[in-house]
Amino acid sequence: MAGLMSGFGHYTHAVVRGIPASLAKEALRSCQAEVDLAEARREHEEYVEVLGTRLGLEVVELPADESLPDCVFVEDAAVVCGDTALITRPGAESRRRETETMKSALKELNLNIVEMTDEKATLDGGDVLFTGREFFVGLSKRTNQRGAEILADAFKDYAVSTVPVLEGLHLKSFCSMGGPGLIVIGSSEPAQKALKIMQQMSDHRYDKLTVPDDLAANCIYMNLPNKGHVLLHPTAEQYPESAKVFEKLKDYMLIPVCNMQKVKVDGALTCCSVLINKKANI
Amino acid sequence: MTTAPIGPMEECVAVETDEEREERNSATDVMKAMNRNALIEDLNRNFVAMAITKSHFNWKKKRPNINLCCLNLSFPQKRAKGQFLFFKVCEHLNLMEKDYFGLFYMDNHAQTCWLDPTKDIKRQIRNNNWQFVFNVKFYPPDPSLLTEDITRYLLCLQLREDVASGRLPCSFVTHALLGSYTLQAEFGDHEPDQPRTLGLGQLTFAPNQNKDMEEKILELHKSLRGMTPAQADAQFLENAKKLSMYGVDLHHAKDSEGVDIMLGVCANGLLVYKDRLRINRFAWPKILKISYKRNNFYIKIRPGETEQFESTVGFKLQNHRCAKRLWKVCVENHSFFSPTKARFLTLGSKFRYSGRTQAQTRTASSLIDRPAPNFQRTSSKRISRSLDGGNTHTHAEVAPMRVHGDNIYVRHSNLMLEDHDKTQDDVLKHQASISQLKRSFMEAPPPSPPQPNQWEKRLTSSPATTILEIEETVVVQEVSIAPKPGRVAVTAGPPAGPPAQQEALEQEVTVGQEVVAAEEAKAAKQESVSSESESEEEAEYHPNVSICHTKIPEEEEEEEEEQADKTAGAPPLVDEVSAAVEESAPADARDEKNTEGEHQAEKDGSGEPAHAAAPNGPRVPEGSASGAEQDQEPKVNGEARPVEAEHRPQVICCSEPPVVKTEMVTISDTFAAQKTEIATKEVPIVHTETKTITYEAAQLDGNGDSEPGVLMTAQTITSESLCTTTTTHITKTLKGGLSETRIEKRIVITGDCDIDHDQALAQAIKEAKEQHPDMSVTRVVVHKETELAEEED
Repeated sequence: MAGLMSGFGHYTHAVVRGIPASLAKEALRSCQAEVDLAEARREHEEYVEVLGTRLGLEVVELPADESLPDCVFVEDAAVVCGDTALITRPGAESRRRETETMKSALKELNLNIVEMTDEKATLDGGDVLFTGREFFVGLSKRTNQRGAEILADAFKDYAVSTVPVLEGLHLKSFCSMGGPGLIVIGSSEPAQKALKIMQQMSDHRYDKLTVPDDLAANCIYMNLPNKGHVLLHPTAEQYPESAKVFEKLKDYMLIPVCNMQKVKVDGALTCCSVLINKKANI
Repeated sequence: MTTAPIGPMEECVAVETDEEREERNSATDVMKAMNRNALIEDLNRNFVAMAITKSHFNWKKKRPNINLCCLNLSFPQKRAKGQFLFFKVCEHLNLMEKDYFGLFYMDNHAQTCWLDPTKDIKRQIRNNNWQFVFNVKFYPPDPSLLTEDITRYLLCLQLREDVASGRLPCSFVTHALLGSYTLQAEFGDHEPDQPRTLGLGQLTFAPNQNKDMEEKILELHKSLRGMTPAQADAQFLENAKKLSMYGVDLHHAKDSEGVDIMLGVCANGLLVYKDRLRINRFAWPKILKISYKRNNFYIKIRPGETEQFESTVGFKLQNHRCAKRLWKVCVENHSFFSPTKARFLTLGSKFRYSGRTQAQTRTASSLIDRPAPNFQRTSSKRISRSLDGGNTHTHAEVAPMRVHGDNIYVRHSNLMLEDHDKTQDDVLKHQASISQLKRSFMEAPPPSPPQPNQWEKRLTSSPATTILEIEETVVVQEVSIAPKPGRVAVTAGPPAGPPAQQEALEQEVTVGQEVVAAEEAKAAKQESVSSESESEEEAEYHPNVSICHTKIPEEEEEEEEEQADKTAGAPPLVDEVSAAVEESAPADARDEKNTEGEHQAEKDGSGEPAHAAAPNGPRVPEGSASGAEQDQEPKVNGEARPVEAEHRPQVICCSEPPVVKTEMVTISDTFAAQKTEIATKEVPIVHTETKTITYEAAQLDGNGDSEPGVLMTAQTITSESLCTTTTTHITKTLKGGLSETRIEKRIVITGDCDIDHDQALAQAIKEAKEQHPDMSVTRVVVHKETELAEEED
């Protein structure tokens, strides 16, 4: 019987959500960019297909909501760890209602739901990096101290350390987990600085995989039966230099996933799904 | 409710007197006491009782015999030390890996304190509330490395209590998982025909236990079929150790801006929490100094890769006792979890960690050679009773104890207050002079807490360095033991009789090309030596980070303790001879005659550049002292051979502590020192006399660098009346192409009878020459400290 903190990267389910037409014009973005809606939808379809068909996860697809232009980025609406789901209170006012559908979907999956009711708290899932042993929560434009505290309360087993996010939207805008004990990190100064803070704050040691492009550092790691280490990462077309770095990962099933359109509205790979391990051992 | 729980009483550790036997039956009182305690400071992990065995110690008035668990024990005297009691408890528990555990008690301020094993119990427990709690003191980071199941079992009991009380927070699922292992360990396999609830509601697994959780526990319990109790315990620990608050001892504090935070002391270092969030972390190797002053607690941080200077971070605690307690816990954890035996320099406090390090205790454990001891997981026994349906009405009271195990409570209510020690007046007088000494030698207090900006930056944004997990050895500077009137005394010492003339004499012989003066450090040392105030306002701890290439024999520590004890009881006499032998040679042409240690020093030094770069911090007191001294000296540069140097002796320093009379004698030839020409005339003064005779060759090197020294060896030889401690300190300096090795030997002779100082000095020099024929003696310092008897003489 496996116990606490085993099976990092084991997932059985993925929750995703469709892209509303409003995304093209109304979704929040940090820099002006034209989004090709059709292309974005095609990308997303491919993404969902990788999760469902290729990797065999059970995909729960939530319908898009035109009044919520950013709703495709489901990651921000919930943080799931083990069989507990924390429904967040997103930092952007326009996104608060995204959590409603997410909450009912996660309830359906029999997860223990914890809600963030404190009106002083904000938290975007994109600021939450779970390493398998602990949480790092980026204090950013979207996430505040109170939000991090509530997360710490929801996941009591784990240390929760805060990391200031000085540039970029979210903590995971420049980093993610690339395996057990492996942090993929961008090479910009703020990214490297954040990594140092995380290393200092941690009782555990992490290896790092530095990629030239910060945005390329957002990957999805899974450890799946019969497939082993799986890494979804941005394509060579998008970040040629960073793609070379991923090639160095041996014994990995590497899956390049195109994200050219969604990135224009600050959407990275992890943003588009909430991964769940339903066959949790306990 | 005075009904006693049936189970635990038969197996209790009980020390009791006839007339107070009825107390035995007050298990519920114990429970109440426990609960009360738990409430008082809920967050303090050390505090809460580990319930193992219940006992009432009742020290019968004026009769040092006590009954411990039906054994007739006699305290050797009423001044038994903490370790006597602790060992008895361990013995009773059949526990060999005892270094992870300790006993604590409540002081007058309702604060928990660890019972210092090296000190009189009586001196620690100032009130009459003789209750002790057996508790895990150092949570082993990896319990699977413990040797014996019984140790793991005891650790499990502690953690069950920690978890159930909420001190060790965990999620619902983890509560359930841990609960199921507890059931498996204590009740065995799940029996399908057992009543479904198993009386589970009466067992405490979690602070907010509910039906859901109990059902989950039962469900998980079923899946553990076939698991032995030992395996279940091991699994329990494997999961518990991963919890983020495992082994973290929390202390309330405020940052420099008055914001409430918590400081968590653990195996890896010091953690800073704000609410539940970790906002900073200082690994032990990053901490150069730990100190407290009044209610402030400071840590000095090693500069990061990109930083140039050390920084000091300050925290405010509620009061000075809290600061001191935190400081102690830090010193102990730092010492225990450092990779090798750490010895440290403490200023302003006599406190130091006297036990073994984790590494040592592991080594010792690996040598345990006994069949796995039989022990009973107490609850298993009780469950059958519960299933028999007996005593249901007592469940409410008794139930929590089932999970907790039993309590150890050591109580002594009729303490004899007769005191053979000095009169109060004496003590006060002594203290007055001491504190004056202390003031003048205390290192300048740490700078006032950093400015808010810096603080903020450090705290939340830029903990600049990557922690390299370089295993650093903490070698610590030898501090001679305090000949402290009224300190712990075991056997030696005529407590009742008028003290003989107290004499403390230090002689120091420094032999070296480079002058190493440590007078001030020594003075500081004296200060720490004689510090006797129980409520020191401040203290420091310098982990001296450098390479330890000689394993300091463990016995030495013990002997030193012994020495401390002896000197404590008897009016002390300290005689210190310190010799530094120094060699000048090209770095690439090391002489084979060099001691092995030196070679190692060089090797290690080059292998670990980090150490070479180690700032002076660890040696601050001594280093700065010698640096200052050297500034005053004529500097002679050149490559003069040591032999030449010997003809140009120079007195470089003397210590002039207030209230201490200092006499300096200059001798013009080094070798004369061997010819016993050093006058050690004693001039009786009221309290302490310090006489320093410095004798040395011309200083060839004006470089005031004080490299982190390396403690080579330290040994103590104890005879009936004298105790000799020899400390060898090696410092390597690399200047240009020259490698310089300075060996400083310090011999402290302590005793309560006359010492032939001249002979001791001659012997020391002779030995130094024999051991290092290729080196020259460049400096001899004789330092004699005479502590005269008070009033009576």
